[in-house]
Parts: sequence; C-alpha cells; structure tokens
Amino acid sequence: MFDRRDLLKGAGLAALTATLNSTRALALDTITLPMGNGERPLVKYPQKRPMISLTSRPPQLETPFAVFNDGPITPNNAFFVRYHLAGLPYDLDPDKFTLEIKGKVDKPLKLSLKDIRKMKATEIVAVNQCSGNSRGFSEPRVAGGQLANGAMGNARWRGVPLKTVLEMAGVQAGAKQVVFGGMDGPVSDKTPDFAKALDLDHATDGEVMLAYGMNGDDLPFLNGFPLRLVVPGYYGTYWVKHLNEITVIDNVFDGFWMKSAYRIPDTPNNSIEPGTTPKATIPINRFTIRSFITSVTDGAKLKAGRTTLRGIAFDSGKGIKDVQVSTDGGKTWASAKLGKDLGNYSFREWKLPVKLAAGEVELKVRATSNSGETQPDTPRWNPAGYLRNVVETTRVRVA
Amino acid sequence: MQRTVLLAATLAVVAMVGSALAAPVNYKTPDEVAAFKPGPNLEVVQGNCTACHSSDYIATQPPMKDKKGFWQAEVTKMIKVYGAPIDDADVGKIVDYLAATY
Repeated sequence: MFDRRDLLKGAGLAALTATLNSTRALALDTITLPMGNGERPLVKYPQKRPMISLTSRPPQLETPFAVFNDGPITPNNAFFVRYHLAGLPYDLDPDKFTLEIKGKVDKPLKLSLKDIRKMKATEIVAVNQCSGNSRGFSEPRVAGGQLANGAMGNARWRGVPLKTVLEMAGVQAGAKQVVFGGMDGPVSDKTPDFAKALDLDHATDGEVMLAYGMNGDDLPFLNGFPLRLVVPGYYGTYWVKHLNEITVIDNVFDGFWMKSAYRIPDTPNNSIEPGTTPKATIPINRFTIRSFITSVTDGAKLKAGRTTLRGIAFDSGKGIKDVQVSTDGGKTWASAKLGKDLGNYSFREWKLPVKLAAGEVELKVRATSNSGETQPDTPRWNPAGYLRNVVETTRVRVA
Repeated sequence: MQRTVLLAATLAVVAMVGSALAAPVNYKTPDEVAAFKPGPNLEVVQGNCTACHSSDYIATQPPMKDKKGFWQAEVTKMIKVYGAPIDDADVGKIVDYLAATY
C-alpha cells in the first residue's frame, strides 16, 4: 500500500477549497438524459474525450451512447468511469507499484509491474458493465448514481490469468475466497474501504485476469492504471481498479461492499414487486442479457422506406445466438444478421435491413443467448436498480 | 484561458503516456463543475458533505414524492454506513436544506 493518507489529505483539502470557491466550470456542454432530472455536463478529463459527468469527486463518467454505434470495441478515451471513494492514487508511481498476494498461501508474493508484464500474457475481449448501468430508468426511481445506458463498454484486455499468480503463491487447503483491494480508498477512516471477493473456484477458472493492457494501450488512469481485475461476464463492481492486494481467505468475506452493498433479491429473476423490500439478498453476480439499437436514437425522425438498423447485444458469457428486431411495437419480429464474433464475453454487433412505413413507429430489439436466456417485456425491479434488461423500445417518427 | 488549461493538460498526458513507466502519474482532474445551490443552512451542508464527495451526488438524485423521507434516509445512510461524522444537531438542518433545495 502506498502512503495514501498523505496524498488524501492534500487531495481532499484541495478539492474542498475548489468546491467552496468554485465559480469556474469546465463543462463543455450539457446533455439531457431521458429521465427526470437528467441534465448532465459534458466534461473533458485527461486521457478521456468529453464524457457525461455524473459526479466529479470521486469521478464518475458515463459514455455518450452514440459511441456504441462506432464499432464493437469501446475506445479507452470513451470508456466509462466509476469510483466509490474520493481517495484516488493520483500520484502513483508505476515503477514502485507492487501487487501483494497473501493470506492462505504457501509463499506470499510481492510482484512489480515488470514482473507481471514478463509473465505469459493472455487476451480476452469482454464487456465491463456497471451494476448501476441504466438505474435512472428504474420505475419507481431509486437512490444512487442516476445513469442512462452508457455505464458499459467492451475492450480487449491484456494481462495474466489470476490462476497463474495464485498457483505461484500456492493456495493452501481449506481456502474459500479471494479478496481484492485497490489503491483507491476512503477520505475518512470511518468509511469502509472498497474490497470485493470471489469464490476460489471462480478466481482460479483461468478467465479472471489481472489486466494491465486495454485495447493495445496501458489502462487509462481512471480505468485502473496500472493493473485491474477483469471478471468476464460479471458486473463491474468486481473489476477492482488500481489492484494491489490479493488475499486468500478460508471463510466468506464479510466486508461492507460484499455483505451489505451490491446485493440483489434472492428471488426468481432477482426481481421483486416495485417499491417493496426483499426478504433475502445475495451478492450481485453475472450480467443479464441485453441488446440495443445504436444507429437510431429515441425521438429521431426517419424517412419512410428502406433503411438498415444496427446495434449491439451481449450476455454473461454464453454468447449471443440470435437478435430479433421489431418495427411494429413487438407484433412481428425478424432475426438480424450478427456481426463478427469476438468471443462470448464481447459485444456482438448486429444489423438488419428494414422497411419503415410512415407514422409513429416503435422499434424494439431482443437478444437470445446460446443458453436460451432472453429479455423480458416488462422491467425487473429491485431497490438498487440493478440488472435492467427489459426489451428496449426506440420511438421514432417516420415520414 | 480554459482552453489553454485543457491544452496543457492534454500535452501533459501525452508526455505521461509517451514516457511509459518513467515517472509518477500525477493525474489531474478538472476543477469541480458542481456547487451546492443556495438554501437554508447551506454552510452546514458544505461543512459536512464536501469532505467526502462533490455536490453533484445530491443534485443528480431523482425527483421523489416524499423528499423529506428520501433525504432523511440518505443522510442516515451517510452517517451509519459511511461513517460521516455529522453532529446530531446538524442532521435536521441538512435534511431540511436538501428537502427544500433538491
């Protein structure tokens, strides 16, 4: 661990001063997300293009949705950013960075970034999606980060399998879970530090990765430079950024961010009657299957006749089998042509030539995975606004 | 002025990325955009809330029917869950400000 406290004091004080005296705004423009109280500034951060600013301290940036029409890979400078706690390691020194592996292991390790980069690298294309993605569309509305659909992204991650590093350290018999901590932390020592855990079987499945590369570059600072966990098919809460601490334990981790936060109802579909409280909960885990039209925005005016609709679909790793599109509000459906297969954890592009008749038209898109999972016609609801995967509707005027 | 700052920041990043593993990151976020809206007990809110997060955390919350209940629950969460050191005497003032202002 770096001497974060000193950094924090400096950063906190500077930020406080900035807040109290702030009359300047660096907003380039604003955007209004399609939800009540949806106005947000577009803000330019280093290494990022102008992004939708949800909060500035800690930084939370949403990807403008139009980016998803540019291709199946989300550029590093457009990839969403989510932090929980305002103590970011702004001054971290990659030459001094170490990853510690400890706990129930035979040989505790301290690896430098060079050590990790020297190991045999693997790559995977995988979607990272914030648990709170689309929370702003929850009805009734719920507290939390009010995101539209842009807290997701798809990247080619490069790094080493977590399994390899755990094997080097030698996991001891009786180990149950692996706990991950990053260099970012709370401003107050009363606030629970961010840490997440995976079951040992999951952590050693060969797919969970310690990633230092993203789309052929280093990770951007705000996406976890110099090392982050990649947990394909699982919500972003597990993808710990600035990862510097891995602890093998022989019990079930009971830290706040596992035991109390990021929980979903333990019910079929993890959904409950809107506005109620679940009787029992479990930690959030795999993505639900989703699909989007990216080539047309809600409220657009289109010409009658032939056009080609485009979009993306993804699930938690079974892979997309079929994407169907309706241009009549869900009465009839046609299968789209799927784009290049970049792997089961990736966005899958789709396109479909359609003929649009004049009038108010409801476009809908619905994906099905190789395991048969598909999207519901009515939204799930849970108190934290997680797991949204209702069939999305894009309303357009055709003339 | 703003553009100059942005340009300088961009150049700094280019330099940083170009020099690979040579130096500490020294990442600089832009100035905070948000400020608390004027309202009753504003200074109490600034004094208690801004140490840990910017005001846009509050400003972006959804419009709720029961504003007082919603904000009471949020302030309680900040104290009980995240350990915010808020004096008992300030809790009501903060909830009143939030319910009246957001």
